[in-house]
Amino acid sequence: MPKFEDIRSGDALPSRDHTAGIVQLFMYNAAIWNPHRIHFDHAYATEEEGYPGIVLDGPLQGDWVAQVVTDWIGDDATLVSFGYANRQAAFLGETMTAGGVVEAKDDASREVRLKLFLQNARGETTIPGHAVVRFP
Amino acid sequence: MAELLTPEIKARIGTASPEIRVEVTRRDIQKYAVSTGQRARKYLDGDEAPPLFHFGYSMEILPPEQLRKDGIAEDKLIPPLPLKRVMAGNSDTTYHRAIRPGDRLVITRRLKDIYEKQGKSGPLIFVVTETLIETAAGEPVLNEVTSLIAR
Repeated sequence: MPKFEDIRSGDALPSRDHTAGIVQLFMYNAAIWNPHRIHFDHAYATEEEGYPGIVLDGPLQGDWVAQVVTDWIGDDATLVSFGYANRQAAFLGETMTAGGVVEAKDDASREVRLKLFLQNARGETTIPGHAVVRFP
Repeated sequence: MAELLTPEIKARIGTASPEIRVEVTRRDIQKYAVSTGQRARKYLDGDEAPPLFHFGYSMEILPPEQLRKDGIAEDKLIPPLPLKRVMAGNSDTTYHRAIRPGDRLVITRRLKDIYEKQGKSGPLIFVVTETLIETAAGEPVLNEVTSLIAR
């Protein structure tokens, strides 16, 4: 886990790949109680709505971005704020990479601002994100 | 540009959904943690909820025959819009304290703004909602501002 004194602007946070399978996607939609058919009904998603496949939930991918932060800080800092923007859809079977960098550090407030991203295999940022964490 | 937003639609700005009261269980946190691929033990054990756990609490629980054909429950907070293709936009949350098992939470959603803009491929409508979560004792937990885009 990082020590506030050792953190520098531009530091990269550990990145992680996520490939949601149909079972994980089912569990997620059951856990949040989401019956939207584009997330589990392949025929409906492709034939009725014209998607190339089953659509990954935006907030699931947002969570992958948030995990870059929570895995990095562990129990050593507090999440103050987190945001993400759904720019581009992703589909079942795609591997998405979540990561981020330290954007700024404030010695007075002991807060660190992070710039985050989720990228697809083509290197396109599909979900940009940002967070502020506070160190004790 | 022709105004898409009627006075009836704009009059809904500032209105709120009926509050939702929930009791947080360890099992609900564990299900969420496993399904999102969390690695932190405190989330997998359900000692504390991951930051986006509260998202599911905005889902209305309705029998299938009351859902739309696409499976979605009609969002009663948002008035019918003249543009029908709705996409999730941004979500920004400020945290005051973590959610833990046994918490009794009060969740309120409010329609913060509706406005239109001219996009590259036509008009866009932005719908901004705010979700406030407090404990039943009135302690602030988080607030989230979410935007949807209709085109």
